[in-house]
Amino acid sequence: MSAIDTAASPAPTRLPPCWGCMALALAVVAAIVWSFAYLAVDYRQLFGRESMRLMAKFIGEFFPPDLTTTFVAKAAWGALQTFAVAAIGTALAVVFGAAIALPAAGRFGVAPRLAARLLLNFLRSVPELVWAALMVIAAGLGPFAGTLALALHTTGVLGRLYAESLENIPPAPERALREGGSGRIAAFAYATLPLVAAQGVAYALYRLEMNIRMAAVLGFVGAGGLGQLLYFHLSIFQQAQASTLLIAMFVLVFAVDSLSAFVRGRLLPAHG
Amino acid sequence: MSAAAGTIAGPRVTLRDPAARTRATALVVALAVLWPLLWLAEFKPWHLFDSGNLQVMASFLAGFLPPATAPEFLALLWKATLETLAIATAGIALAFVIAVPLAVVATRALSVSRIGPGPGRGVGAAVRTATRGLLTVLRAIPEVVWALVFVRALGLGPGAGVLALAVTYGGMLGKVYTEILESGDTRSARALLEAGSPRLGALFYALVPSTAQELASYTVYRWECAVRASVVMGFVGAGGLGQLMDQSMKMLNGGEASSILLTFLGLVIVADAMSALIRRVLS
Amino acid sequence: MTGLFLEGAGLVHPNGQRALRNVSLSVDSGERVGVIGPSGAGKTTLVRLLGTSLRPSEGQLFIGDTDPWHAGAGALRQLRARIGVIHQSPPIPPRLRVVTAVLAGRLGAWPAWKALASLVVPDDAAGAREALERLDLGDRVFDRCDRLSGGQLQRVGIARVLYQRPSFILADEPVSALDPALADLSVGALVAESEGRGATLLASLHAVDLALKWFPRLIGMKAGEIVFDRPTAAVTTAMLHDLYATEGRALPQQGLDVLPDERPANVVLLKRPGCQ
Repeated sequence: MSAIDTAASPAPTRLPPCWGCMALALAVVAAIVWSFAYLAVDYRQLFGRESMRLMAKFIGEFFPPDLTTTFVAKAAWGALQTFAVAAIGTALAVVFGAAIALPAAGRFGVAPRLAARLLLNFLRSVPELVWAALMVIAAGLGPFAGTLALALHTTGVLGRLYAESLENIPPAPERALREGGSGRIAAFAYATLPLVAAQGVAYALYRLEMNIRMAAVLGFVGAGGLGQLLYFHLSIFQQAQASTLLIAMFVLVFAVDSLSAFVRGRLLPAHG
Repeated sequence: MSAAAGTIAGPRVTLRDPAARTRATALVVALAVLWPLLWLAEFKPWHLFDSGNLQVMASFLAGFLPPATAPEFLALLWKATLETLAIATAGIALAFVIAVPLAVVATRALSVSRIGPGPGRGVGAAVRTATRGLLTVLRAIPEVVWALVFVRALGLGPGAGVLALAVTYGGMLGKVYTEILESGDTRSARALLEAGSPRLGALFYALVPSTAQELASYTVYRWECAVRASVVMGFVGAGGLGQLMDQSMKMLNGGEASSILLTFLGLVIVADAMSALIRRVLS
Repeated sequence: MTGLFLEGAGLVHPNGQRALRNVSLSVDSGERVGVIGPSGAGKTTLVRLLGTSLRPSEGQLFIGDTDPWHAGAGALRQLRARIGVIHQSPPIPPRLRVVTAVLAGRLGAWPAWKALASLVVPDDAAGAREALERLDLGDRVFDRCDRLSGGQLQRVGIARVLYQRPSFILADEPVSALDPALADLSVGALVAESEGRGATLLASLHAVDLALKWFPRLIGMKAGEIVFDRPTAAVTTAMLHDLYATEGRALPQQGLDVLPDERPANVVLLKRPGCQ
């Protein structure tokens, strides 16, 4: 750089504006405006004095929650049932997901891989609530339908995660054992499984946290637990009971989240 | 380890595996807990093969094919799809409006009182903790539950879904925005705060330039989730494809149900693709 | 007491390490002081202490009549807007444009709407350019910061403080990444700013020759304490060698081509390349 001589330097050019960014921003704003317009929610009616009063009255009836012993016991029972549904559903998903992950990771050839991946994608794309509605038809009302629904959906999710883990691990340890003469299952169990086990359990625990929330919701279509109780009490406009059930839901979610975080912390110290 | 390590003969000394005890205990505990759980969940797989249930299921599944394609139904399907998209987009927009101020308050990177620490640090820390608590509470209850409550309050229709998304996803967006901001260029933000800049100045001149892409990418990902959630909320009466499917299934109309299911799968694929495209454009 | 005032100030880091011990100094408003010393002497900590980035563990600190740590939040913010700190490694997000990075210097004085509007359309690009031209960087005003070299980025950091027009300019090794000619130019620009507006200037420098050339008063620091605080003319070679523990070897310098008659009286400059 030469010495200071401002008179000689040419006028600096401006950077060209980012047309792509502006077009994208415009499209997003247009989509949002269209959405509100399409829904045509009558805001005047929504925020009018009468409906605000009704809303306030509705929300007011949530306090105080029903804390009588009988109902709290009922809520606790519902919470335990919800936990059972989520836990068993997740456990089933771990078993079946791991089983389907093997072909999905390409261990039995190309065609099984495609078929397994298609199956897993289908299982995870259908939302749990839709599965639950279907399972209620198959297995009747009650928590069993919820367990099946969670198991089906979560098999898809965990199966895909497990398949990706399997595809990412180095093949050398297992190959070394096979070349040393051990059988396929033994080689897998001693070489590959330890590498993916900790991460696999962590994924399962994370899914358990989500499934607790879902298990509560599945009750809405009749799959038992807190959800079924909540749906029932809200249908007959018993807000105080609904409030207790919501609190129970919150406590359950918080407890499972903390437990899961604790176990994950112990399993994977590096991830904290 | 023993002094007889080099010798051949001698009695066999069994070595206790230190992990054996813990593993055995864990197994016993797991089994002990499993039994009541199975009972609570009314886990009776043999019910699946009850003749009555099987018949109902079989006739329902048989009705799946062919999927319903009557023109009036297709028109209804199209409207429901648009409604689902609109619910998701409007819901995310409101969630964004809720999340941004909360994230700005909750993030430590924009805290002036932390420098030093200076005046107001107690209040500052308390406000941050309270805001993070609020974000946790908003996230704790699933959006479907909020949707149910709002349907009871506002009546059937998409408004309940939009509000439910706004509340829950507002909490989720807020929490992740806070984390993304704190992983940005906090040194630059602190330098600006130390030069007397207001918090919004430090936000837009230091944090946002270094994190804009990640913020946008996560928001688009959440929009994709919102599309799925909108369908699910429809089951409790919040409009869109979900409400349509709920009605069809209650009438055991397999043909309509399968049409809606296919449409839903198609919508998810399209939303997935759009989301991936936008995220690629952003980077 | 309208300048910088420290009395018995010390700083202990949260991990127990002591960075400063019993530091007392008084700088008048408009005065120019250079701070020199070996690495780890506490020069950076001193600058951060005076810049209200760190809080002293003991002792007194006054900046322009205000005790920053016992004033209210509003008074502290106003005080900070009058202090401009130049960091050795400029805290500038790479994706920002140079013009925005420089204009950010006045965020402490601008209302919110102006700050936001300036992000989209820079409000005072000419003013930013003028600050950059004093550092021979005027032609890069609309470039993105990640297209600049380390030395250019360091000069953008200086330009930001020049644009801020603060009452107190505190610099922590502001020219460490610059070649001798640009380093000389940049320190000269800072000194000119201080002379022109009567701003107080305190700069820590690694290169002794720059400090000797530009500052009429020198503070020597070693191991967290002030070793000497004298007019430059009274600083001897022996004191400098003691400070840097460089008996018979070269003192750290930028390699300035200083003409004999500009040399301070009883100091010998060695013209071998400096040790960074």
